[in-house]
Amino acid sequence: MDKTLDLKYTYTEKKDTRSGFGDGLLEAGRRNPNVVGLCADLIGSLKMGAFQKEFPERFFQVGIAEANMIGLAAGMTIGGKIPFTGTFANFSTGRVYDQIRQSVAYSDKNVKICASHAGLTLGEDGATHQILEDVGMMKMLPHMTVINPCDYNQTKAATMAIAEHEGPVYLRFGRPSWPIFTPADQKFEIGKAWKMIEGTDVTIFATGHLVWEAVVAEAMLREEGISAEVINIHTIKPLDEEAIIASVKKTGCAVSAEEHQLNGGLGDSIAQTLIRNNPAPLEYIGVNDSFGESGTPTELLEKYGLNAENIVKAAKKAIARK
Amino acid sequence: MEKQPLAQLTKISSQVRRDILRMVHAVQSGHPGASLGCTEFFVALYFNQMKHDSSFNMDGVGEDLFFLSNGHISPVWYSVLARSGYFSVEEMKTFRKLNSRLQGHPATEEHLPGVRIASGSLGQGLSAAIGAAQVKKLNQDDRLVYVLMGDGEQQEGQVWEAAMYGAHYGVDNLIATIDFNRQQIDGPTKDVMDLKDLKAKWEAFGWEVVETVEGNNMEAVLAGLEKAKSLTGKGKPVLNLLHTEMGYGVDFMVGTHKWHGIAPSDEQLANALGQLEETLGDY
Repeated sequence: MDKTLDLKYTYTEKKDTRSGFGDGLLEAGRRNPNVVGLCADLIGSLKMGAFQKEFPERFFQVGIAEANMIGLAAGMTIGGKIPFTGTFANFSTGRVYDQIRQSVAYSDKNVKICASHAGLTLGEDGATHQILEDVGMMKMLPHMTVINPCDYNQTKAATMAIAEHEGPVYLRFGRPSWPIFTPADQKFEIGKAWKMIEGTDVTIFATGHLVWEAVVAEAMLREEGISAEVINIHTIKPLDEEAIIASVKKTGCAVSAEEHQLNGGLGDSIAQTLIRNNPAPLEYIGVNDSFGESGTPTELLEKYGLNAENIVKAAKKAIARK
Repeated sequence: MEKQPLAQLTKISSQVRRDILRMVHAVQSGHPGASLGCTEFFVALYFNQMKHDSSFNMDGVGEDLFFLSNGHISPVWYSVLARSGYFSVEEMKTFRKLNSRLQGHPATEEHLPGVRIASGSLGQGLSAAIGAAQVKKLNQDDRLVYVLMGDGEQQEGQVWEAAMYGAHYGVDNLIATIDFNRQQIDGPTKDVMDLKDLKAKWEAFGWEVVETVEGNNMEAVLAGLEKAKSLTGKGKPVLNLLHTEMGYGVDFMVGTHKWHGIAPSDEQLANALGQLEETLGDY
């Protein structure tokens, strides 16, 4: 990143979003005695150790048995508990899709499916673990809420917010150390998009780690005299259609940015919204129908076209199509 | 629900079998075979064994809970729920029809009283039941959780994940029953995928196993459930291996997988109903 960039949001510390989950879970557990945790042999990776230590009787190590974990969690809602399941995003979704579909979504159970190591930025473990289809799978399920926060603070706030929300939730976060650029005391409103930067020429709708890349892209575009609006879509479902339509009515074009397949991701949801309400040029940043591979998070975002430079290119393309 | 005596349980069973056949016949779809085979078990649970409240609330605090994992045998469950007051017996007329709460496989989406989780895709009920049982412990609720699985369902891997977990955590307020009728859709279980020694398998996984050899004899079913109950609270989950005959109660349906998922014709229904006394009044 060019250090001379005049960023609208800055950071002094980097931290993984999964730590935001772990700290948020601990806080949610302190606030509500009905919060229980389940983990499939990844307590350290999911940062669930502090919750386990403070509430041992409310924590259930499930072993490497994710299907059972989802079923257990669904059953634990009967009697009033609020189960948070923790494993990698791949094993939280694709591996247990039918269990989630029948026992959680169709049964409308108050289960919070918390998924770490999502997307390319998992890094060196490679494509077996870099799930890029999870948002699509989860957003297709009726009753399911889908949330992908952008940094440590937002993930912590989201974790506490979903404990107070009645109904099944998929919470997606990640592994890499990432800039903390949103405030610690933020109020997390499920389903409410957050306009982080006002602009007039193009709207960048970003989710998860790519919100930071969008913030960097805005500064790069501004240097070239282009005014970009940055909207943080932390809740992919239900989608804040009103905010999306209002912004694009003003800017006339948009870019979606996500660490996910183009098929089934946030971009698809935005496209549906725009085509029905306010057709406008839309460019997509995401993985285009391929699996990932081993590498560092930064290398992978560059190779697969998901970083700030690519958002800048997409924004210019969208503007040219107006 | 008051505990019903043996003679009354036998009468109820006859009516439940009529309900099953009439429901499946009316819509020409559904699963009569294992519904008929599990009738004594369901009647014993809902009219004698379980403490339960037909006014129904999802959490079921202070009540025994029942989960049906092999959801395709919904007809027997719906009949027993209706006959014990969860909803009107008239509602059985809507089974599998459009806009019904009595879905082909049990569901919560339409808020049918008595159903706490959807089932149909096999292998998931035991996990949910164990979760509910652990919550009973957390809530210091000393009632039991019951779950029924099919024997063919034992081929699903999730069942064994749950079996391992139940023993690891000593979930001893749970009685899981297997409808051991040795049949599945494509034929006898030993031909489709041999279950071998199920009793030994569950024991090896750390469960107490009760074997109910005569699962269509009401006295034996009650004795098996009492035995299972006596083994709860001792640190291990309990498995009740319930030997039944698919299609029991109707001479041309008994003992074959052929009636797993097909409906009787008008003539077949008349023949079958002729073998089953109408004891509580047809819906």
